Amino acid sequence: MTPVDDRPAAPPAPAPRRRVNPVLALLRNSWRQLTSMRTALMLLFLLAVAAIPGSVLPQRGVNPERVDQYFVDHPEWAPRLDRIGAFEVFGSVWFSAIYLLLFVSLVGCITPRMRDHVRALRARPPAAPKRLERLPQHAVLAAPAAADPAAIAAVLRRRRWRTEVRGNEVSAEKGYLKETGNLLFHTSLVAVLLGVALNSWYGWHGNRLLVAGEDNAFCNTRQQYAEAKLGPRVDSADLPPFCLTLERFEARFLESGQPEFFNATVSVEEQGKAARAADFSVNSPLRLDGANVYLLGHGYAPVIRYTDRFGRSQTSTVPFLTTGDMGLTSEGLAAFPDANVDPKTGRRDPNLQMAFTGLYLPTAPDSPPFVRSQYPTERNPALNLIAYRGNLGLDAGIPGSVYKLDQRQVDAGRVKQVGDKLLRRGESWKLDDGTTVEFLGTERYVTLSVRKDPGSTLLLVSSGTLLLGLMGSLFGRRRRVWFRVVPAGGDPGNGSPTSGSSLVEAGGLPRTDNPGFADEFTQLVTAVRGDAKPAGSREGAE
Amino acid sequence: MSALSDQLVTFAILAYLVAMISHAVEYALGDARRRTAAAAPARELVGAGVGATGEVEPPAADDAPPVRDRVAERGRLAGRIAVAVTALAAALHLGALVTRGVAADRMPWGNMYEFVLTVTWIGVAAWLAVLVKRPGLRQLGLFLTLVQVLLLAFAELKLYTEVVPLVPALNSYWFIIHVSTIVFSSGIFLLGVVPAVAFLMRNGYEQGRRSFPYTLAKRLPAAAALERLTFGLHAFSFPIFTFAVIAGAIWAEAAWGRAWGWDPKETWAFISWVVYAGYLHARATPSVRRNVATWIAVLGFLTVLMNLFGVNFFFTGLHSYAGI
Ligand code: HEM
Repeated sequence: MTPVDDRPAAPPAPAPRRRVNPVLALLRNSWRQLTSMRTALMLLFLLAVAAIPGSVLPQRGVNPERVDQYFVDHPEWAPRLDRIGAFEVFGSVWFSAIYLLLFVSLVGCITPRMRDHVRALRARPPAAPKRLERLPQHAVLAAPAAADPAAIAAVLRRRRWRTEVRGNEVSAEKGYLKETGNLLFHTSLVAVLLGVALNSWYGWHGNRLLVAGEDNAFCNTRQQYAEAKLGPRVDSADLPPFCLTLERFEARFLESGQPEFFNATVSVEEQGKAARAADFSVNSPLRLDGANVYLLGHGYAPVIRYTDRFGRSQTSTVPFLTTGDMGLTSEGLAAFPDANVDPKTGRRDPNLQMAFTGLYLPTAPDSPPFVRSQYPTERNPALNLIAYRGNLGLDAGIPGSVYKLDQRQVDAGRVKQVGDKLLRRGESWKLDDGTTVEFLGTERYVTLSVRKDPGSTLLLVSSGTLLLGLMGSLFGRRRRVWFRVVPAGGDPGNGSPTSGSSLVEAGGLPRTDNPGFADEFTQLVTAVRGDAKPAGSREGAE
Repeated sequence: MSALSDQLVTFAILAYLVAMISHAVEYALGDARRRTAAAAPARELVGAGVGATGEVEPPAADDAPPVRDRVAERGRLAGRIAVAVTALAAALHLGALVTRGVAADRMPWGNMYEFVLTVTWIGVAAWLAVLVKRPGLRQLGLFLTLVQVLLLAFAELKLYTEVVPLVPALNSYWFIIHVSTIVFSSGIFLLGVVPAVAFLMRNGYEQGRRSFPYTLAKRLPAAAALERLTFGLHAFSFPIFTFAVIAGAIWAEAAWGRAWGWDPKETWAFISWVVYAGYLHARATPSVRRNVATWIAVLGFLTVLMNLFGVNFFFTGLHSYAGI
């Protein structure tokens, strides 16, 4: 680590005794403050602290249901927290302010360092200090093999030192990688931020559920998503056109019910291309032109046929949502708002609408209660249905969930329960009014996330350079050595031992914390000297 | 196989306990000797940062009576035994990991229990590696074995899980890449906190504090050596941790459809990363004192612990494989 000054103080300019504009002075001072290491440290610390509520409180971007639950559980606190953005910490003004300031500070910090570094890369290693014996490493060599500056420089260059010969002196420096790495690292951080910004401006994603079968194909338009989020620079028309049909879904489970393997087979139609089959799975998404499709979950969609009093049948394939247990117990709602329309008059009696809520158990237990499936595959499938008749409230325009019966209609007595029954596959149930409901079987469904993240490549590349830079920065070591050839009988520096003919004096200076430098220096000296031992070499600190 | 693994864990904990006691004996006997050796001023090893090592065998007291010498000899013996027993414990510990992996037919990192088992092993293996290079730091073993005993006993009592295969989301080569690097860097951070705490105590002691936690540091290696080791371990671990986080993001993209989604584990990994980056900055800034920087490193480890335990206990997220 190079000890870094809090900010290299600007060289004291020959103070022109002119009145400084106070605003400019303030600005300059603020800038200096902002780009100081101390400020960077404070901001880093603040950033860490500011991220904590993001893990403690539920976040809309991660789990909106839990945010709603939090509002229910803490009616007092939730709105106040919401006002300060506590449920969207990572998009909040204060979080953004911290990281933007940090990055301004970062740019302000690395720009001058970049300039200095380019200068240093071009500069020649500096001239030797007068008294080499004052350096942390020092050695005097009598009659070395490489006794003239050019030969010494050659030895050093072979070891990848940058050298400069000045008269009887050789200056050499090595380890620029440290600062290069450090600058690369910090620049990569900026690139990472850019990648994140690209993703949020130009990216989009949507979630939806896809039931198997031709009839349930899904095409990539905004309307087809249950929930979708488009970045501010994305228009609905920008979504790439493609269609997916779920052909098959396979899942394997262990005897304990723990999942072991998933695979979805879809047929894909992309614009201007022939339809093709593709497989994807958890960990290996479907990569299409302009979007990726990820498998998030799966479940069963019971196929239910209702035959009304006029003998007209309607079949509905209803995805049941899993309740989260190991056995894939799922619940859902099959609504038939258009049931019992008189074929003669075309009139619909709104009070004769039908709905069935149910629990689907892929593996029902042998005896009641039939409320919990015992295994996730269909070993003993059973559908536990409750029938409702009445006005489902769908016409009133009240937005309701397609998965749940409108409880208000039930409470108001507008919808009445008319019985319940456990159905096996293929069984039918005759209701009190002579209508029947049949459980025909099930289809598989998958839940998908479709996304486009245009910043991904930039993120990947900059993470790579970030890591490279970090290693260079942490493990690079800047150091200098000097060799001075003292002509026979001459005086090498000051008072150093003189004997024999040609002497070479060497000194070394580690510019960063560098425990291995003494060894390296000894090796260098040995190399210069040839094979014999360096005379009077001294190791260790002053 | 799984039962064998459980037994090996128990034996390993016992062995760490023995090693800890043995370290404590060395400590106590050393203390006895020190009392006679006229309070020799702590040798400063700060000089220029070149060639400083952790070798701080306390200066032999020439005029100490032979009895004291024998006591000192016994103390050193206890220390050597402690290191040998630690190595034995590490071997048992490794055996437990291997048998667990064989029983599960995969790498033993599938749940929190296995995770803690592996992290602690990395910590102790790295410690033995450090000891080979810097035998003078031996006394730190007391703290390390204490940490080992606490974490392993906690894992055994609170986190124990039966062997099960991986859920499909974990079944990917990224599992090995991401988790091995996380485990490895966490293990080094775990080891790193030992000299960090020791430095904080020793530094206080060297500055003349003689109140409770500082007096414990009387027999510790010199503050400068401890600080240097602290930094070395963190500088070694930080890029690995960075890589692990990046690998996690790449995996998350494939498995969950987004590289980064502020899931609680991701959030705390971010926090740890920022805190450790803060440590490296603080240490590189001369105007920040070394003990302040070291406190940041300790804080960093607390955030790692939070991620390891706290997040599994308190929050639910996509990383819910902990099996508790
Ligand atoms: C996004 C915020 C930042 C992060 C995450 C970050 C991270 C890091 C890390 C991990 C290192 C360690 C590498 C090493 O020790 O060589 C480092 C080094 C360094 N950083 Fe930053 N940094 C940030 C912002 C800044 C800012 C704003 C400044 C300027 C005030 C700065 C100046 C430096 C310097 C001078 C070093 C080199 C220390 C040395 O010589 O070893 N960094 N940074």
